[in-house]
Amino acid sequence: MTEQAIRQAANRRIITRAVMVAVAMFGFGFAMVPLYDLFCDITGLNGKTGVTDSGSARAQAVDETRLITVEFTGNTAGGLPWEFRPAVAKMQVHPGQVAEAVYVARNTTSDRMVGRAIPSVAPNRAAAHFKKTECFCFSNQELAPGESREMPVRFVVETDVPQDVHTITLSYSFFNAGKYSSSDAGTGTAGSDAIRRGEKG
Amino acid sequence: MATAEAAHHEEHHHPSGIMRWITTTNHKDIGTLYLSFSLMMFMVGGAMALVIRAELFQPGLQIVDPHFFNQMTTMHALVMIFGAIMPGFVGFANWMIPMMIGAPDMALPRLNNWSFWILPFAFTMLLGSLFAPGGGPASGWTLYAPLSIQGGMSVDMTILAVHMMGISSVLGAINIVVTVFNMRAPGMTLMKMPLFVWTWLITAYLLIAVMPVLAGAVTMLLTDRHFGTAFFDPAGGGDPVMFQHIFWFFGHPEVYVMILPAFGIISEIIPTFARKPLFGYASMVLAVAGIAFLSFIVWAHHMFTVGMPLIGELFFMYATMLIAVPTGVKVFNWVATMWRGSMTFETPMLFAISVVVLFTIGGLSGLMLAITPADFQYHDTYFVVAHFHYVLFSGAAMAMMGGAYYWLPKWTGHMYDEKLGKLHFWLTAIFFNITFFPQHFLGLAGMPRRIPDYALQFTEFNVMSSIGAFGLGFSQLLLVYVVVKCVRGGEKASAEVWDNPKGLEWTVPSPAPYHTFETPPQVR
Repeated sequence: MTEQAIRQAANRRIITRAVMVAVAMFGFGFAMVPLYDLFCDITGLNGKTGVTDSGSARAQAVDETRLITVEFTGNTAGGLPWEFRPAVAKMQVHPGQVAEAVYVARNTTSDRMVGRAIPSVAPNRAAAHFKKTECFCFSNQELAPGESREMPVRFVVETDVPQDVHTITLSYSFFNAGKYSSSDAGTGTAGSDAIRRGEKG
Repeated sequence: MATAEAAHHEEHHHPSGIMRWITTTNHKDIGTLYLSFSLMMFMVGGAMALVIRAELFQPGLQIVDPHFFNQMTTMHALVMIFGAIMPGFVGFANWMIPMMIGAPDMALPRLNNWSFWILPFAFTMLLGSLFAPGGGPASGWTLYAPLSIQGGMSVDMTILAVHMMGISSVLGAINIVVTVFNMRAPGMTLMKMPLFVWTWLITAYLLIAVMPVLAGAVTMLLTDRHFGTAFFDPAGGGDPVMFQHIFWFFGHPEVYVMILPAFGIISEIIPTFARKPLFGYASMVLAVAGIAFLSFIVWAHHMFTVGMPLIGELFFMYATMLIAVPTGVKVFNWVATMWRGSMTFETPMLFAISVVVLFTIGGLSGLMLAITPADFQYHDTYFVVAHFHYVLFSGAAMAMMGGAYYWLPKWTGHMYDEKLGKLHFWLTAIFFNITFFPQHFLGLAGMPRRIPDYALQFTEFNVMSSIGAFGLGFSQLLLVYVVVKCVRGGEKASAEVWDNPKGLEWTVPSPAPYHTFETPPQVR
């Protein structure tokens, strides 16, 4: 009898540990979400761009010895039948210089729609050095039927951008954010946390 | 002894008929349930594969519409992975682990009953999703977002079914870990355990570690679909590539869940028919542990083309190639076990040898896929399909068939029909290669997977592949026939069955009595 009790206690010990591992791994699956965002932010992987406040951007000295071509592209994802394009296809900037580009979006439908632009910068190793000080991608954009809007993005290419980077492409994908428009920045998931982090800079 | 046994039976008053199976906590009964369930799902999943191959027999759309074709590729994979292979191995574990380590039963018999009986409900739900409005899940078994977020109600049913299967697997795995640690007979040290028990112990750890991650991933899908979260939806700040990372963090260890027990089974079979002890036992154990560890750090080789940085691709490429080392150790040891052995070629041995040969082919095509620059060409082509069928069919499934022939006499007390068994082996091995070898060429030539139609130049190989598939599918009816025939009767099997096999399971009579090792054996 006591032998059985000892065995049962031993069983329980292993079961408890195994269940704890299982529960922890369930949590780990969710923990991968912020870890993934953090990893991309630090490394600039996935084309995640840097964000900075305009003060520190102005503080940078302009490196007039280098000229970098910044190309702009824009597209819309399925479910958002808008017209969306950059006003100019490319421009040349000095590292450290604050520049502004304009994108134009037009709601071609007869419904009021909410969209959100998600930026991406290529090449990846330049992404962390591409800082936006003002961007229409920081918030949801609501357009009335037929309304069109010019949307500015102000940015700085930092002076410490790698020497072999001569061209940077800034790309926006506009998504239908109607689902997430009830509250300003989404619904409290880790995903929208990333956006909020972006807004704070 | 016999009378004590009989008296024991008397006092238990087993329910008979269907209630025996529903209420049973006996590891042998539950093993039988798992194995029968697995065989049934193997047939269901096989029928779906035949729908796919029938459609691909000719270019153009003949038999099913593309949406249904996609449902078939999705369901075939889900049913085969979660319904046939995983429960099949759990069935072997239930039957054999207690008998191999000298335990009277699994440590947690009631839990064991639960782990099995969740499955029929899970698969009713999964298969029922085919009849949901808009049809079954059609996003591929990987359920990649955002496609799976856009699917109909069937995706929700699939997610729920995956949750149930996951719970079943984790409970089963916990049971195996507890059994192996606490139920071994005196003298059965860890390093004396049969290799099948070792592979299952490590597999159980993998299951406990990764099934919850899959549960997390599909939970996120579910909340993205219905509760306004945006884990994988860029519009809300999520990222669809992240789904792939989370999924394959589960998915890669999962493929070892499906192959390690197969390694265990053939490590039991080969020594018996080579009449030599297994070569390099300790290195075999270490190799399995090594493979299990590496399986956690190679997941992104499934997604080389998503746009990873060079350094990431290099890391995952080299880590993946590293797996070839412990796997090579295992293949070497199996061959060395056979080297200068007094080999005979009964059906289980034929299956075991073919696993060594064909799995190695699958392993080598896996190495080709691991080479990042080459993978950009092979990614999502039929080359991948050929690769994983070489490891999962001729690796996992054929190892199970070999194991079934090997232990059937112990389970039923009758010898199976050796002639038919050999016929089944040769039909399976030949048709398998006719089905899947041409798919290598199709993939290298650029035929994408999960597409119901193809360019004309792929026709010949597809015709071959489809003919092979139908041969392969119908040959499996022979397996069912041989098993049923063996259960019903046949030549009496001795306790040892084979020529002086090693292992405690051969010390009990055939068929194995309902209760074995109630007094633990002494292992020296």
